[in-house]
Amino acid sequence: MPSSKSEVLQGTLDLLVLKTLDSMGPMHGFGIALRIQQVSEDLLQLNQGTLYPALLRHEQRGWIASKWGVSENNRKAKYYSLTRAGRKQLEEEAESWDRMSAMINRVLRTT
Amino acid sequence: MRELVRMFLRRLAALFRRSGLEDDLDDEVRSHLEMAEELNLQKGMSAEDARREALRSFGGIEQTKENYRDQRGLRMIETTLQDLRFGLRMLRRSPGFSILAILCLTLGIGANAAVFSWVEGILFRPYPAVTRQEQLLALSGTARGESGPTAISWPDLLDLQRSCTLIDSFIVSKIMGTTLSVGDRAERTAGSIVSANYFDAIGVHPLLGRGFEPGEDSGRNAHPVTVISYQLWKGRFNGDPQIIGKTQRLNGVVHTIVGVAPEGFYGTFVGWGMQFWVPASMEEIFEAGGYKLEDRGARWIEAYVRLKAGVNAAQAQEEISAVGKRLEADYPDTNRGRGIKLWPLWQTPFNNAGTLLPTLEIMLAVVVFVLLIACANVGNLLLVRSFARRHEMTVRLAIGAGRGRLLKQLLTEGLLLSAIGAAGGLLVAYWCRHALVLLFPARAGVAMHLPGEIDWRVLALSAGVCLIATLLLGLVPAMQTSKLDLAGALKAESAGVVGGGGRAWVRSGLVLLQMSLSFVLLVGAGLLLQSLQRIRTASPGFSTREVKMTAVDLVSAGYDAQRAQNFQDELIERVKALPGVELAAFARVTPLGYGTYSSSPIAVDGYQPPLEEQPTVEYNEVGPDYFATLGIPLVSGREFARADDEKAALVVVANETMSAKYWRGRNPIGERVQVKGRWMQVVGVAKDSKYQSIREAPKPFLFVPRRQNFSVGATLNIRTPLSPEAVATALAREVRVLDANLAPYEVITLQEQLDRSTSPQKVAVTLVGILGGLALLLAAIGLYGVMSYAVSQSTRELGLRMALGAGASNLLRLVMSRGLALTAGGLALGVAVALGLTRLLGNLLYKVSPRDPLTFGSAFVIMTIAGLAACFLPAWRATRTDPVRALRE
Repeated sequence: MPSSKSEVLQGTLDLLVLKTLDSMGPMHGFGIALRIQQVSEDLLQLNQGTLYPALLRHEQRGWIASKWGVSENNRKAKYYSLTRAGRKQLEEEAESWDRMSAMINRVLRTT
Repeated sequence: MRELVRMFLRRLAALFRRSGLEDDLDDEVRSHLEMAEELNLQKGMSAEDARREALRSFGGIEQTKENYRDQRGLRMIETTLQDLRFGLRMLRRSPGFSILAILCLTLGIGANAAVFSWVEGILFRPYPAVTRQEQLLALSGTARGESGPTAISWPDLLDLQRSCTLIDSFIVSKIMGTTLSVGDRAERTAGSIVSANYFDAIGVHPLLGRGFEPGEDSGRNAHPVTVISYQLWKGRFNGDPQIIGKTQRLNGVVHTIVGVAPEGFYGTFVGWGMQFWVPASMEEIFEAGGYKLEDRGARWIEAYVRLKAGVNAAQAQEEISAVGKRLEADYPDTNRGRGIKLWPLWQTPFNNAGTLLPTLEIMLAVVVFVLLIACANVGNLLLVRSFARRHEMTVRLAIGAGRGRLLKQLLTEGLLLSAIGAAGGLLVAYWCRHALVLLFPARAGVAMHLPGEIDWRVLALSAGVCLIATLLLGLVPAMQTSKLDLAGALKAESAGVVGGGGRAWVRSGLVLLQMSLSFVLLVGAGLLLQSLQRIRTASPGFSTREVKMTAVDLVSAGYDAQRAQNFQDELIERVKALPGVELAAFARVTPLGYGTYSSSPIAVDGYQPPLEEQPTVEYNEVGPDYFATLGIPLVSGREFARADDEKAALVVVANETMSAKYWRGRNPIGERVQVKGRWMQVVGVAKDSKYQSIREAPKPFLFVPRRQNFSVGATLNIRTPLSPEAVATALAREVRVLDANLAPYEVITLQEQLDRSTSPQKVAVTLVGILGGLALLLAAIGLYGVMSYAVSQSTRELGLRMALGAGASNLLRLVMSRGLALTAGGLALGVAVALGLTRLLGNLLYKVSPRDPLTFGSAFVIMTIAGLAACFLPAWRATRTDPVRALRE
């Protein structure tokens, strides 16, 4: 069972995955992992494996869809794409993230 | 919310496509690693570094997969299935253990389910075809100064019907019997006298024809119609589709068959299946005591009420009591001191629900005991096995299984056992549905009907029992597991016979529990057995073995009063002339039988009743020589003679209680008493005897001469040393001489009659006896199991003792003393519990103290013997220990 610490990470990871798929279009798991590492400039040290349970969870919730396809260098890979529900979820989560970070900033600044 | 449902469904679906999804996962992980490796190669790493780096950044592969699997399926269900598979494998691997455990549970749960089904089918939902039984209540009268319920009169019932607003319908249903002759076969049949609303009010729609129409229950003998039962229609009328409109003679009167009741409808009398129904207008044909529909003093009705929706019993009772009060004020002559009472169906006072209630209550307690004992046994077995599996558990813990996971597996195994046991138990209950009837003595012709009902309530209760059993069973080894420590389990373990080891207290505790519960059951069975014996040997106040009883049914044969009188006079002379017959006498009702006595309000010269009391007394119409024939001694005066006929002065014989209550020590001979509005002179006082039940308290009772109070129906009592069979043959011959178409009923001794009247006690004794024996057996097995296990676990210690010079007798004594200490502890506990519990047998006990020392002593001896027997084999085995081998191992 995940500890409370990794749950925070999980929430962040959820948002990152959705955002990546939103901006990059359909991608395979390795691509998503790579992209997240690039964008975060390797600040976010992520076991790439932890991505897969998260992807599965998103799929079970209907936020993303998956399909087997062929990669750029002709390799069989599973491609994930954002669904309409996923896009809505992303908007909601991004918004709540903004609210949250704004609030934390305010708190940090006033004290 | 929809999201959650979708998620659940997808996870559920994943359970069924596991292998395909597993391949998918493998492919995906592989493709990820390959892509990562390729990228690393492009960055210029060596092949080996590229691979290692790919694996490193992926993280633990198996861990990922495991997390993925957790996310994919429903972990709970998946592991449960796993546990189930594993549990089944464990059961298969030790069939001896499995069979024993399942057998114990089958018996325990089966006994519970069977008793639940009886309680449901006899007490709570006794009439399966009747709609909305939860709204039905039984209705009876009450009388001040009488503890029991009384019947109700027809005019009172009509007044209740008119005045009560909370009650939907009043449903009259009075049991009666007649001889039914169809074709060449005649047999005794039970039927009901009912109100015209009967079938509509209980929601039973005749299969053919109609029920009764409004108004058919009024007018003296005005509506000779009948509805017959499905069984009667199929069995006696061969399912004749043209049956409606045909006629059938019932008690000598031709009735038109207007309907056939549906299959599965047995009427509304717990204990007997009704074969036909007639409207109340025909009451006079089937009931003694003349036309009663306009007589407020004649109480004969048994009835039910159906409450209106939303009305509860207390509200209805309140209203009914108010009406009863008004009737009391309006009709003081007949209703003074009378009330009306409602009863829940399971307490119905006028059918077998009331008689079986205490038995079933006891049975409920007993089967819970048996279940506990069975569970303790299985718990013990599991415990012994859990020691054997300690190694397995330790390994599981060592490779990282959580304790919760182990607990869950043990509980699953318990559930598996109890579920199989429950399935077997329900089968047992199903077979036992009709078993209660078998325990009652067969009575010629009339079908007993005491069905168990296995419905969802019984199933739910059994499931609950099963669940509790599971918890009990699973928790015992679980307690052990939670104490399991990895290091300790690696060390060699040795249990001792003497000390018993640290954990043995659980097993010993279970045995203690079993021994004490079995002791309680044995004491209960013993007490019931003793009461039954006392009842059987109690003197009813008349001779039982010397008197043979039978009857010739002249009513159904259509005899009128005059013909019947001639026939009976003739017959009694012929019977008295038979060789071996000492005396013979007719009486309308036979004591301790199913017939009901006449009753009447009385007035006694010189006795002023308390203001609110209307003295009423039961009486029997008897022929000349009745007292001499039955052997009831007369205290003073004389008994009836042939001269006490219609033309003579009216006379009566009182019993001692009657004499003491109404004449208070004066000699009543020559005094007057008014019965049914006629003054009669007391000519004799008879010793008290039992009239309705062997257990009844002495009550005032009167006898009047048959000739002065004639009705056709009568029983014939014959005093003779001849066997009932011999009497039957001789009597049949004499009857045929008088009327070739007649045959007497079965001839039985009054003792037989008495025995039949005590069948509820017999049923209780039989059932508690069977279950008590079962419990004893289970407890003995439990003790045996614990002792053999202790011996087998301590061969090393025993061997050492032998090597140090202990002889066989020492070892025998060692093991036996430990077993007997357990037995003694169980017995001590059992005595304490039994002393507290046997009081609950209350009403079923007859002249036996609930603390009867003889019973306690016998149970003690039996348990001790069982304990000795159970310990002996293991002890003997201990003496056979080979010290050399034991020490070398």
